[in-house]
Amino acid sequence: MVVDLLPGEVTTRASVRCTNVSKTFGTGRTAVHALRGVNLEVRMGELMMLVGPSGSGKTTLISILAGVLARDGGDCSVLDHDYSEMSDDDTTRFRGRNIGFVFQAWNLIPTLTAVENVAVPLIILGTPRHAAIGQASEILGKVGLDDRMMQSLPLDLSGGQQQRVAIARSLVHNPRLIVCDERTSALDSETGRKVMELMRQLAVGVDRALIVVTHDARIFDFADRIAMMDDGIITRVLDSPREMQTQS
Amino acid sequence: MNFIALKMLLGDRAKYIGIIIGLTFASFLVTWPSAIFSGVMSRTFSFVTDVGLPDLWVVDPQVQYIEDIKPLRDTEVLRVRGTEGVEWAVGLYKGMLRARMNDGTFQSCVVVGLDDATLIGGPPKMLAGQLADLRQADSVIVDEVGARGKLARRLPDGRRIPLKLGDTLELNDHRCVVVGICRITQTFQNIPVIYTTYSHATTIAPQERKLLSFIIAKAKPGADLREVCARIRTNIRLSAYTPREFKKLTFWYFLKYTGMPFNFLTVVTLGFIVGVAISGMTFYNFTLDNLRYFGTLRAMGTTNRKLLRMISLQAAAVGAIGYGVGIGAASAWGGVLSGRTQIAFKLPWQLLIISAVAVLVICVGAAALSIRKVMKLEPAVVFRS
Repeated sequence: MVVDLLPGEVTTRASVRCTNVSKTFGTGRTAVHALRGVNLEVRMGELMMLVGPSGSGKTTLISILAGVLARDGGDCSVLDHDYSEMSDDDTTRFRGRNIGFVFQAWNLIPTLTAVENVAVPLIILGTPRHAAIGQASEILGKVGLDDRMMQSLPLDLSGGQQQRVAIARSLVHNPRLIVCDERTSALDSETGRKVMELMRQLAVGVDRALIVVTHDARIFDFADRIAMMDDGIITRVLDSPREMQTQS
Repeated sequence: MNFIALKMLLGDRAKYIGIIIGLTFASFLVTWPSAIFSGVMSRTFSFVTDVGLPDLWVVDPQVQYIEDIKPLRDTEVLRVRGTEGVEWAVGLYKGMLRARMNDGTFQSCVVVGLDDATLIGGPPKMLAGQLADLRQADSVIVDEVGARGKLARRLPDGRRIPLKLGDTLELNDHRCVVVGICRITQTFQNIPVIYTTYSHATTIAPQERKLLSFIIAKAKPGADLREVCARIRTNIRLSAYTPREFKKLTFWYFLKYTGMPFNFLTVVTLGFIVGVAISGMTFYNFTLDNLRYFGTLRAMGTTNRKLLRMISLQAAAVGAIGYGVGIGAASAWGGVLSGRTQIAFKLPWQLLIISAVAVLVICVGAAALSIRKVMKLEPAVVFRS
């Protein structure tokens, strides 16, 4: 059960705690050091934004936090679990139960309708299809899709509608950590803000946290804290969006 | 998850149809030539099939297959009858004679001479007339395909009138009267078959010192066929086979000394390769196209085992449909042609299994390649744009 927080209210319990996390792709002269010792703490009830230029390691970091990529070094605890101590199957099941994803390219399955796409995480967890579709319809209603849109294939929906479906899919199974590789910059200012309001309203609660990767300055206002990344490390964590504006 | 797997498969209409078409072709191209081969081979021993009554076929020891006739002395029938365990034995004439047609042309025919007293070895089904009518002078029974086709009377305007009861034929300068039309299993050579009595057959056949082609015999109830055969081999020095053994002897002769198996095997192999090329590659491409979504499912908590099941289900679904359509098409086409032509088409259950195995191998191969690709997929791929 997720308890909603008042705006700006954050607990002190950590959802994610990473120390000196490193990741290198390739070997020898072609090696790319994507993360060079990242330290990060994300608290329950917090919307944390990861910002930085392209190639700074943001996507690599959330991939490690989401358990879809193994780290090379350092310690990392996500919802009190260390992926390196879990088997592949256990990690997969953990992801299914506890993590919601909003991918950069939405990754909606093109042959499933919007409502079926949203039902996928529930079906993976073993919910009967009929019940899963029912819950999916409910949450799609909350993100503003009508019945006709719910029965549409992703290709028949606009970019904004697809994003809402992706957000609904990340929330439908009530995960405790939501990772969002955002593409609000692809949307117009108004839609981008609406999407973030929606995320803030639906995804942040006492028992869950939201990590959003972005380089869209228009949505910094929605963050509780902002971690700035560059060249594989977190250079600074700002405690409020105002600090960011002061910086810039 | 089965629902998601099937929707992913059916949603990509072009690839789905491509895979089905490939597997249908594979199934058809494996089944069709095999059924023709099976039909052709079963015609090689059709004479044994049609003569259903005897338990034993007694022939010269040098005989290699049913058409390889080495005549016996007529007295051998008596010796077979005198063998312990034999209930009865009769002689059978089988030879190739030329029939002169009403327009002066000639047509080769198989002439079968039946024991005058018992008429054992006659056609399995009479369509017109009776077998006993063979006791009339100069009488013959003609098979329906021959009567309608190669032995039909030709009119000056080119039309053909099927032989009917009372019509006459000229066999080796002997006048014969048609007293019956019968239905038989088609022969390998696909030429008309004419039944008559042994005495009539040996009258019209070119004269040779020995004319008895086969001795067919029935074992006494409870007699061990192997033992009876062994006695005939030892005491009379003739070969004796059960119908099954005689069929097998003929079958293997054709298999060994004709190029047919290789020709048919080549066609079957090509069909299999077409199946692998079209469906296997299309299925693999389908998986590659969906790799991002398999990765997404994996990131969202689908275990490798579930993904494996999904891909296996997709492969099984297209395999079952392609196999069914292919087999159905082969059966339907075979049925249509069998009714209208002399095509040798036989589809025993063993061929259905062979075709199923071929389709299964294609599907398992394609699924294995796809599964390997998906298993090796790193879920982090989903965060790449």
